[in-house]
Amino acid sequence: MDHVRPVPDGAPQGDLGAPSGGDAPRLADLLRRAALGDEAAFAEFYDATSARSYGLALRVVRNPAHAEEVTQEAYLDAWRSSARFDSGRGSAAGWLLTIVHRKAVDRVRSVEAATARDEGWNRDTTPVDHDQTAESAHASLDAARVRNAVATLTDVQRRAVELAYFGGYTHTEVATLLDVPLGTAKTRIRDGLIRLRDLMGVS
Amino acid sequence: MSDLHKLTGAYAVDALNDLERARFERHLAECEDCRAEVRELQETAALLAESTAVEPPASLRGSVLAGISQVRPLPPVVPVTSAPSAVRHRFPLLVAAALVLIAGFGAVVWQPWSNPAPTLTAAEQVLQAPDAQRVSVDLGDMGKATVVRSKSQDKAVIVTDDMAPAPAGKDYELWLLPDADTYVSAGLMTDGANQTTVLDGSAADAVAVGITVEPDGGSEQPTTDPIAVFDLTQST
Repeated sequence: MDHVRPVPDGAPQGDLGAPSGGDAPRLADLLRRAALGDEAAFAEFYDATSARSYGLALRVVRNPAHAEEVTQEAYLDAWRSSARFDSGRGSAAGWLLTIVHRKAVDRVRSVEAATARDEGWNRDTTPVDHDQTAESAHASLDAARVRNAVATLTDVQRRAVELAYFGGYTHTEVATLLDVPLGTAKTRIRDGLIRLRDLMGVS
Repeated sequence: MSDLHKLTGAYAVDALNDLERARFERHLAECEDCRAEVRELQETAALLAESTAVEPPASLRGSVLAGISQVRPLPPVVPVTSAPSAVRHRFPLLVAAALVLIAGFGAVVWQPWSNPAPTLTAAEQVLQAPDAQRVSVDLGDMGKATVVRSKSQDKAVIVTDDMAPAPAGKDYELWLLPDADTYVSAGLMTDGANQTTVLDGSAADAVAVGITVEPDGGSEQPTTDPIAVFDLTQST
């Protein structure tokens, strides 16, 4: 059951947080050194980002063993493609977490597809508690900022973004789960992200 | 076009299925506005992970560092000068069905490559796997295509050689066949005469790989007869 994605209940995640994200120049520099083969720099990069990476993978795939595999694969990819990171196009953390997220979503979908083949499967949408508090990292200002921004979204925007990003559902699945017309969910996801982008000053 | 543009958000949070993703990525290659918006929305989405941070098990650090020590970082992307691609005539659809026969007779089996290199891209992992099986189909005027499947990697890759483009408004769609009569979509073939595409999905148990011509964006099930079938049971 622990590979099953529930419908997020949308409740705030308490004091979960991450190391401050204000270290963008340092992370970019560590990646640049990693591209030259500097393993110590990459270890430092790992230490500064692993809680965010693993936490995101765990939230999406839910199974801790799978989350570890996804995280490890993502860091291996990041190491390999470190020379292709372009600090002019975004932050190092954002670049890494995009890799982690893609791998986590691919994993959760392939596990479901395999389960469907093996057992004849109905997706279980029973809510399950996110029991992460005991392991959570320290609260951070960034996490509070993000929560405040998310709180300003409309209900449909917030649920669409969370189902897609944390649930790993496709926009057509999100439309069905939220009982909105097909084609509406992708617009809500985009509207919601654009609002968050503007509120949090991402450029 | 305007409809595709609205998929930036769904793409940024990986909320597209494989076919939509492939289609949108081709659009991205041509749309600077969408590329810029996707970058910003991916950056925004990544901030959501601030609220879910969890310290990983200490053992993961050692696994990651042991893993990277065995692989060199890829070289940076450097500008290359390439000749403009030759203009090819459109392949007439009417001939497509006849090619199934050519596909059957044209299959050739290669031996696996030796000396697997360190882990590289997904395609390279398959191409260099010790158990790689290769089946090639000569499509005549349309070019040539080779499917490489690795059971240990559970993946298949198709490599095209001077392949004619799909007809206007159509895509080449790839299929994995778990048995002779079942087609499971494996995504769209990358555009271009000489391309390498990793098939989506589990390939270890596939008996064959097929290519069909489908309406732009692909189909859930084939709507035309395959233009080529690669029989994996013939390879060793």
